Amino acid sequence: MSDRSTDVQSTEAEPTTDTANTSPDTPTDANAVSPSAVDRTGEIELAVDGLVKRFGGITAVDGASFEVESGSITGLIGPNGAGKSTTFHCITGIHQPDEGTVAFQGQDITGIAPYECADYGLVRTFQIAREMANMTVLENLMLPAKHQQGEALWRSVMPLARREVEAQERDLLERVWDTLEFFEIEHIAEEKAGNLSGGQRKLLEMARALMTEPEMLLLDEPFAGVNPTLERKLLEHIHELRAEGYTFLIVEHDMDLIMEHCEHVIVMHQGSVLAEGVPGQVTSNEQVIEAYLGGEV
Amino acid sequence: MSSTANADRRTQLESLWEHDAVKIIAVIGAIYIVYALIGLILGYSLDGIVNTLRRMTYLIAVYGMVTLALNLHWGYTGLFNIGVAGFMAIGLYVTMMLAKPADPGGAAQYAGLGLPMPIAIIGGVVAAGLAGLVVALPALRLRADYFAITTIAFAEIVRLGITSDALQQFTILGAELGTGGGRGLIRNYDDPMNVIFQLEIFSSFVDLTNSLFGFGPTQARALAYSIVLVIVLAGIYWLIQRTSRSPFGRVLKAIREDEEAAQSLGKDTNMFKIKVFVLGCALMGLAGILWRFRRTGVTPEAFRPHVTFYIWIALIIGGAGSNTGSILGSGLFVAVLFEGPQYLRRVIDQLVAIGDAPNTFAGAVGPLLSANPVPLVRYTFAEFLTLQFVIMGVALILLMQRRPDGLLGHREETAAAIPLGARPSAAGGGSGGGGGSDSVSGGGFAHSQTRDQNDDSDQQTDGGIDAETVGTQADTNDRSEDSESSQGSESSDNTYQTDDSTTDGETQ
Repeated sequence: MSDRSTDVQSTEAEPTTDTANTSPDTPTDANAVSPSAVDRTGEIELAVDGLVKRFGGITAVDGASFEVESGSITGLIGPNGAGKSTTFHCITGIHQPDEGTVAFQGQDITGIAPYECADYGLVRTFQIAREMANMTVLENLMLPAKHQQGEALWRSVMPLARREVEAQERDLLERVWDTLEFFEIEHIAEEKAGNLSGGQRKLLEMARALMTEPEMLLLDEPFAGVNPTLERKLLEHIHELRAEGYTFLIVEHDMDLIMEHCEHVIVMHQGSVLAEGVPGQVTSNEQVIEAYLGGEV
Repeated sequence: MSSTANADRRTQLESLWEHDAVKIIAVIGAIYIVYALIGLILGYSLDGIVNTLRRMTYLIAVYGMVTLALNLHWGYTGLFNIGVAGFMAIGLYVTMMLAKPADPGGAAQYAGLGLPMPIAIIGGVVAAGLAGLVVALPALRLRADYFAITTIAFAEIVRLGITSDALQQFTILGAELGTGGGRGLIRNYDDPMNVIFQLEIFSSFVDLTNSLFGFGPTQARALAYSIVLVIVLAGIYWLIQRTSRSPFGRVLKAIREDEEAAQSLGKDTNMFKIKVFVLGCALMGLAGILWRFRRTGVTPEAFRPHVTFYIWIALIIGGAGSNTGSILGSGLFVAVLFEGPQYLRRVIDQLVAIGDAPNTFAGAVGPLLSANPVPLVRYTFAEFLTLQFVIMGVALILLMQRRPDGLLGHREETAAAIPLGARPSAAGGGSGGGGGSDSVSGGGFAHSQTRDQNDDSDQQTDGGIDAETVGTQADTNDRSEDSESSQGSESSDNTYQTDDSTTDGETQ
């Protein structure tokens, strides 16, 4: 399980101010391997079909259907209240959908428990970063790794078994440092997560999601409240990771950003999918202009 | 010149203070010294003083065990358990019912199963754990505050259940059992410590304590019992340290911080909560057993909710989230709040002639109109033990206002099986990390790290100094009273209490 440790190699030489937006077509760092053993590029990673979620009298998601291609960066946009976050919650098991199915890599994952979702390789971040405030950055990043023997109580306590646990912890710590280097946040490693700045929290949250060794990341407004420099840095990381084979589904409000960085855009409105396609198609769609862009474009 | 030497010594002391063992030894040592002084003031002989210290040790050990278990629930996992007394009661009652002889013997006693003591203890611990499971399964779905209500309700159900006539005596699978109802159970099985007392070595222990302190056999036994409790406490401390410094403990902390986020990272938080709740409840059961299984008997009154709140006060004093803090908190709670008022009263009684107190509150307040406060002072003094609750309340309020994180300050013990910190292997190496070498990678990074460490040690010494001031305050209090003693005091009864463990009663 530690084979990933070498994947997320540090790109130390990269100066933080090097901002040139890496466009989707020219992936930067290609020395990395795809996260899944099988190359699934072009296949359907996530398929949502006829998703319905009601809260009392309100139908938050009303028959949304869309697909996310493996190895893509897909944008999910829509006005406030369009049901984007609720869709996220339904996919990741925080809400149980009333109707419809969710399939990940061909497996039906409708209505699974949130913790099972990560086992499938699907992990999410939250709109407002939810770091473990009283834990250090290192602890935050040690937490998510899968198959930790020491999570069994007896192994952590019994002397012989604990030696194995410690060995695994050392390997894990190594991976954590790799991840920290990848996100260029080694200098805050021992800081309490609660003391970090808003931007650092966003980085931490993404780093933490990566530590679960996912295949697909659902990012809920990763750029909200992030300054332009950090935004560029986050985007850089996203493109780098995509080049390694990760799939991204991103909820975002900034149209320019979505149009520039996503290969595929899904527009939601009033709980269902209004339009989808490549950015150019979507922006020229009359309905989308009406509902979301307000006729400005 | 001497100032630098002083500074050196100061930093030396500070670095020494950072060791947890030193903290524990220093605080407990301070408590012993203060109580030895109190014993001297009260005119105790050597065996009286040692016996007082023994009693302190006994109480600190028992409170320490329960506080550690509660720290596992609240400090680590954020489970708001205010039903501690209930789980302690289950442990003790089940053990007693299992161990009591099947033939009731005496007139007013109830039958038990007559099982050997080790099995009875295991039964009690398992029963407390199972009770935890029963509470946890439905209740862990509840939000923190509703969970708290459920636990205290459960504790009261246990206490009232034990008291009820229905369970006073009952038959289960053909075996006769009973909780004794409101009258309680009498210990009519052999002293559970006999395993040790009947050892060859123990007789030489009795001789030793006799020659050292002038102890009789009963006192020697009580001392041995306290030592056993301290050993058990050390075992529980070890167990909980291991539990919390591990990937398991890391998930517990994550649950406390943000359960939903922990779930989204693939942690089955409900499983973890159930496991840790059951473990904590089992340990509470064990502490309940060790607390009272040697006494002549037990009544349901021993498990009123205030026991739970005592444990909570100890936890808050030490600071939730720190195992070392839990032990220090128990020590200070027992020494200052639990036993303190009683001994303070005796000391004042010894040093100052208070005179007769009026019988009624009106009699105490009335003379104030004629500017005569003496009756009120006398009355207050007479009711000193009742004031204990007031003192505890005031202490709790002050703590919450001044030091909500406990005496050690906000102190987190790292949740990992290995020390986290500087990168173990040089950057870029990547593979096969060398075990714990401290080669640090980049310069800037190393710098920031030392800064962090400084921050840490600052925090700790901060807490340390405060803890010390508490100790010295108590000291100076004693001294000031000492100087007052010159104003002649009628020595009342100089007899110390020969507190045998069987009479170790609560003050209330």
